[in-house]
Amino acid sequence: MSLGTFVQLTGPNGSGKTSLLRILCTLLTPAEGQISWKGADIRSLGEEYVAQVTYLGHRHGIKDELSAVENLRISNALNGVSVSKERAAEALGRMGLAGRESLPARMLSEGQRRRAGLARLLVCDTKLWLLDEVLTSLDKGAVSLVRSLIENHVAGGGIAIVATHQELELPRTKRLELTT
Amino acid sequence: MLRWIVWRDLMLAWRRRADMLSTVFFFVIVVSLFPLGIGPETQLLRTIAPGVVWVAALLASMLSLGRLFANDYQDGTLEQLLLTPQPLFLVVLGKTLAHWIVAELPLVLIAPLVGVQFDLSGETLWILFVSLLVGTPVLSLIGSVGAALTLGLRGGGVLISLLVLPLYIPALIFGAGAVEASVMGTSPSAHLSLLGAFAIVSLLFSPWATAAALRISLE
Repeated sequence: MSLGTFVQLTGPNGSGKTSLLRILCTLLTPAEGQISWKGADIRSLGEEYVAQVTYLGHRHGIKDELSAVENLRISNALNGVSVSKERAAEALGRMGLAGRESLPARMLSEGQRRRAGLARLLVCDTKLWLLDEVLTSLDKGAVSLVRSLIENHVAGGGIAIVATHQELELPRTKRLELTT
Repeated sequence: MLRWIVWRDLMLAWRRRADMLSTVFFFVIVVSLFPLGIGPETQLLRTIAPGVVWVAALLASMLSLGRLFANDYQDGTLEQLLLTPQPLFLVVLGKTLAHWIVAELPLVLIAPLVGVQFDLSGETLWILFVSLLVGTPVLSLIGSVGAALTLGLRGGGVLISLLVLPLYIPALIFGAGAVEASVMGTSPSAHLSLLGAFAIVSLLFSPWATAAALRISLE
């Protein structure tokens, strides 16, 4: 797979979309075979590889007790990218959370929490995006926003692998259909 | 990095203060039940005090261990922590340190106060404080291995006690032993040295064990 590729993973429930993405981000060890990044096994690259990857899973990865700004800043700081309060608030504003960025996340709706999690895509500078069903509970506006984010990322030489049942209709989409 | 993890966990604990306070109250109440049940027999109270305070500290730390990783596991932030570009044992060390500050340090600070009910002398209260200060990091460190192993299991709370309490026995023996020695009027330094050695060994090994257990639990 070369840089600037967008892959849409499809397939019925239980066909292994999530497992594949979790293997790709090293959370899961494959039973056989190996995955290479720039010619080296991702297992042996370790942190060097993980630093290039942003994985967003089923669960939002948002702490209910923290505000959206705090969530975004802490998760980025732990990834080695420091984000100022203003930058975090601006990213959340672009995700449609303006005015709600300082509320504890438990007061946000499901879709708003999903948006807060997706705001990480705006501030990270990783090469490989692994997105697992991130479009659930998002409204039309947010879906098109995520689509344009992915489009920019791929146009800028990144790779995005997205598991979703919705049609994203991006140009040059590669499809990978998994079967049970 | 370590700083951010500790700060994050401390802030989360502060926003759910009730959890933290319940551990402290449990400790205070359990320790206080013994003088109330036994009555004003000062000689007997002095003899049982080291064991009672230490056992109460072990049980109180059991209460909070379940939350060490479980909340992060449920909302998906734990897998994000695993995917940060830094050694996992550092993440674990940061979370364990935060757990010690939130769940164990209050017990250490309040122990001399509740120890007064057992008619302990000032010097013995000081040794009680020191023994808990040296010994409670062991509880957090070894406990984190148990918490990681039982992550996501049903009835993990009971299982974690069965796994971890036997491993606490050396800390209990040397910790309570130090206070006992002080009650008897002998030097507690041998017990404290052994307790310190045990703390250093668990500091060296348990973050690695916890990191490995977390990887297994999240697969």
